[in-house]
Amino acid sequence: MTATAGIVFRLAWRNLWRNYRRTAIVLAAIVAGIWAMIFMIAFTRGMIESMVSDGIRSIPGHVQIHHPDFRNDPTVDNLMPSPGGELAAALGGEDVVAWSSRVRVPAVISSERGSRGVTLLGIDPVAEVPISFVADDIVEGRHLENERDRGLILGRRLLERIETDVGKRVVVMTQGTDNEVVDRGFRVVGVFESEIASTEEAFAFAGRAALQDLLAIGDQVSEIAVLGKNRREAEQLHRRLAETANAEVEVLPWYELNSYLGTTMRTMDGFVIVWIVVIFLALSFGFVNTLVMAVFERVREIGLMMALGMKPRTILAQIIAESLLLLAIGLAVGNILAWATIHLLSDGIDFSFVGEGLEIMGAASVLKPSLGIKDVLLSTAIVLGLGFVASLSPAIRASRYHPVAAITKE
Amino acid sequence: MDSVRCVGLYKTYKQGDQIIIGLDGVNLEVEQEGFACLQSPSGAGKTTLLNAMGGLDRPDGGEVYVAGKRIDNLSKGQLAEMRLHNIGFVFQAYNLIPVLTAMENVEFVMQLQGVPASERAMRAREALNEVGLEGLENRRPAKMSGGQQQRVAVARAIASRPAIVLADEPTANLDSSSARHLMELFAKINETRGTTFVIATHDEMAMSYAKRLIRMRDGKIVEDQLQET
Repeated sequence: MTATAGIVFRLAWRNLWRNYRRTAIVLAAIVAGIWAMIFMIAFTRGMIESMVSDGIRSIPGHVQIHHPDFRNDPTVDNLMPSPGGELAAALGGEDVVAWSSRVRVPAVISSERGSRGVTLLGIDPVAEVPISFVADDIVEGRHLENERDRGLILGRRLLERIETDVGKRVVVMTQGTDNEVVDRGFRVVGVFESEIASTEEAFAFAGRAALQDLLAIGDQVSEIAVLGKNRREAEQLHRRLAETANAEVEVLPWYELNSYLGTTMRTMDGFVIVWIVVIFLALSFGFVNTLVMAVFERVREIGLMMALGMKPRTILAQIIAESLLLLAIGLAVGNILAWATIHLLSDGIDFSFVGEGLEIMGAASVLKPSLGIKDVLLSTAIVLGLGFVASLSPAIRASRYHPVAAITKE
Repeated sequence: MDSVRCVGLYKTYKQGDQIIIGLDGVNLEVEQEGFACLQSPSGAGKTTLLNAMGGLDRPDGGEVYVAGKRIDNLSKGQLAEMRLHNIGFVFQAYNLIPVLTAMENVEFVMQLQGVPASERAMRAREALNEVGLEGLENRRPAKMSGGQQQRVAVARAIASRPAIVLADEPTANLDSSSARHLMELFAKINETRGTTFVIATHDEMAMSYAKRLIRMRDGKIVEDQLQET
């Protein structure tokens, strides 16, 4: 068996380089196809990763805990107590990197020159640091010092819309627990910028305790945002927390909180497979044609090997080995080239000229290709699998030759 | 015991609307260590008979036995297995695998047989020396003359130690000197190793080396005689 495998491999390898010009041309096409396949996957993955990580960083965390009705009616009517007891212990688990409880209400922020509707988040600035983007992205002024801080952090765009500035006072108006409108003056202490410009208009940040005072809700909170080690492990984290939490709260992972992102991620997996298959189909015409030609040119030789006692299945294996060897070389070189390209572009590709379109999709304007081992393995497996199928036809044809007819073929 | 035995072999071919009779009730036994030549004009059945004896082609009727085992009813895969272990072939042309060296060509059949690498190399080298090709082990067929290529084919045929070596017009593409050397080689191997040879030829010189001469006409054996060499 090993000896037969040895001769099969040796013949496959030498036959491959018999017509080296033809092999080089087909190989170049395979390498270009594999490069395009891997690079496009990495590029699209990078875009999706950017959308997801920005989405997760900009508000949700990996898992969130709410009052069961909060998502349908995100007001002060659907609050929950600060975490305690078993839930607090669960939040101290090893799979939790950080967690933060927030108060989240719709509000109107007014300056002397304009007003805008926003989502106002009352946060504990220290607990929030690892979870959300605000601390890193403050470009002017300061961050909130603690949860009692009575300052306000606004996005650059909002600041420009309502024509105010750091150090100036604005009025925050929202609805309290008794359906009465409550308002208070806050001083703008900091400005943040986000890669997704719409975020700069949609959110404002205040100290959690300061907002709880304004709303007179005691230590109740709207949500608990939990950051796990990895967004791909969110499902396990979600399951563990959901088992611990009582029925009075709802525990949801990020992909359910932001169904657009969740669906995009799932769609991406399907897209990767479709993309690999499309590229391979384009390649397969040249690939199969080469294989058919290679078999056709060697009819007498195949006849001779059969006459000498090589079994039809060994002939089949030899032709398939030849095609898989060609694909394997193409895959190796194509992957290396794609990896090198991705490495060279690791700082990202600036697509600011179509930044608005990307923003609508929730993606940043600088896209960094991201190559996952899973995608490389998947594309390798699919290409080899399809290559195997594509080479079956010429291989079966060769294995069915009649030795006498083949040897005497002109 | 016979190396090969054919009983009542029939074979026909269709050529357009015409039915051509390839073999017409051929009975033949070739004993071990025999050296037989099949002689006939072109198209009289010698290659057809050789192919049937070697399990390369199936007769329409009759039975073929190689080393005592019936082979005409074997499947394609079983026939390949039988050829691998029992038959050595030397064809008129295109005898060697172009991408393999002389040594690798000789080892080819043994490798398929599963002979261990060291023994394979030893037997291949020995066979190449025996056919006078020492020093050409690493040469590929394209770099060898027709006579040298035929000798590699002979080395391959004897190295795998088959029950019988079948040669179809082995001298047809050789000049007279190379042809004579090849036939001398066959005779020497038959003498020293006891290898059975059946050679299809219409070359009078080649026939002169055979111990037994079998003449065919219209798919029938018309003469079967022993001769002095």
